[in-house]
Amino acid sequence: MKVSEMLAGAELNQVAGESGNGNGIKGAYIGDLLSLVMSRALEGNLWITIQAHENIVAVASLVEVSAIVVCEGIHVEPGTVAKANELDIPIFESKASAFELAKTMIGLGIQ
Amino acid sequence: MTEEVAASFDYQIEKDDFKIAGSASSHIKKILKQLGLPNPLIRRASIIAYELEINLVIHTLGGSMRLEVHPDRVVILTEDIGPGIEDVDQAMTEGYSTANDTAREMGFGAGMGLPNIRRCSDEFSIRSTLGEGTWIRSEIHVG
Ligand SMILES: Nc1ncnc2c1ncn2[C@@H]1O[C@H](COP(=O)(O)OP(=O)(O)OP(=O)(O)O)[C@@H](O)[C@H]1O
Ligand SMILES: [Mg+2]
Repeated sequence: MKVSEMLAGAELNQVAGESGNGNGIKGAYIGDLLSLVMSRALEGNLWITIQAHENIVAVASLVEVSAIVVCEGIHVEPGTVAKANELDIPIFESKASAFELAKTMIGLGIQ
Repeated sequence: MTEEVAASFDYQIEKDDFKIAGSASSHIKKILKQLGLPNPLIRRASIIAYELEINLVIHTLGGSMRLEVHPDRVVILTEDIGPGIEDVDQAMTEGYSTANDTAREMGFGAGMGLPNIRRCSDEFSIRSTLGEGTWIRSEIHVG
């Protein structure tokens, strides 16, 4: 499933990286501790987190996750948006919790 | 016998510079991709470089990182100007961290960086002198 297809089925607000919406999503990873994300998230995963500062873009690009969803209504910082646009990493904001998002994503067929 | 170094790159890493933290690692990843190295190796090298780079930003007064690409191995080295590590075995323990609140708020400080680096390396060594600095070498075999 592409990021754009996932977007059509979930209530998310895209704040950056639209040029990466053609990325394919394979599974998801939920986590806020960056060294765990680095070692455990897999290429193509949708990454759900409450972290919103610039460093999530470097992590996302190194691990090659398909997109980042920042949950719990947390706003993404302008520096993060700029960097994500530069590196074509789609970032979404959501008011939902990580658990609610996980249910939505499973409902959409992301396993 | 003189040693063949296919390529080497040096990076200067500043203390507390969270804004650009990760850019040296991103550059290292780009180089390894351009050289056509296999994806699993690139992933391990990316983890090693990122964890080393962030440690320089968070835990040191500044330092440098070096990538060496040899025909049979990729080596990533860091050297910093202090403060050094009092107990290296403790620092290598999963979950041990002295990261401050600012770093923790950003998601650093799980105490998993050094253990991740060792796990991703085929060869790993660390030397540290309190009051002087820390020297870390990580090697991944190619092929
Ligand atoms: N270059 C260094 N100089 C001084 N101390 C260091 C250095 N690298 C690591 N340390 C010490 O070792 C501890 C463990 O490092 P490690 O990278 O495993 O975890 P962390 O950086 O605290 O958290 P994480 O990497 O999971 O975000 C650090 O908290 C710090 O006390
Ligand atoms: Mg660390």
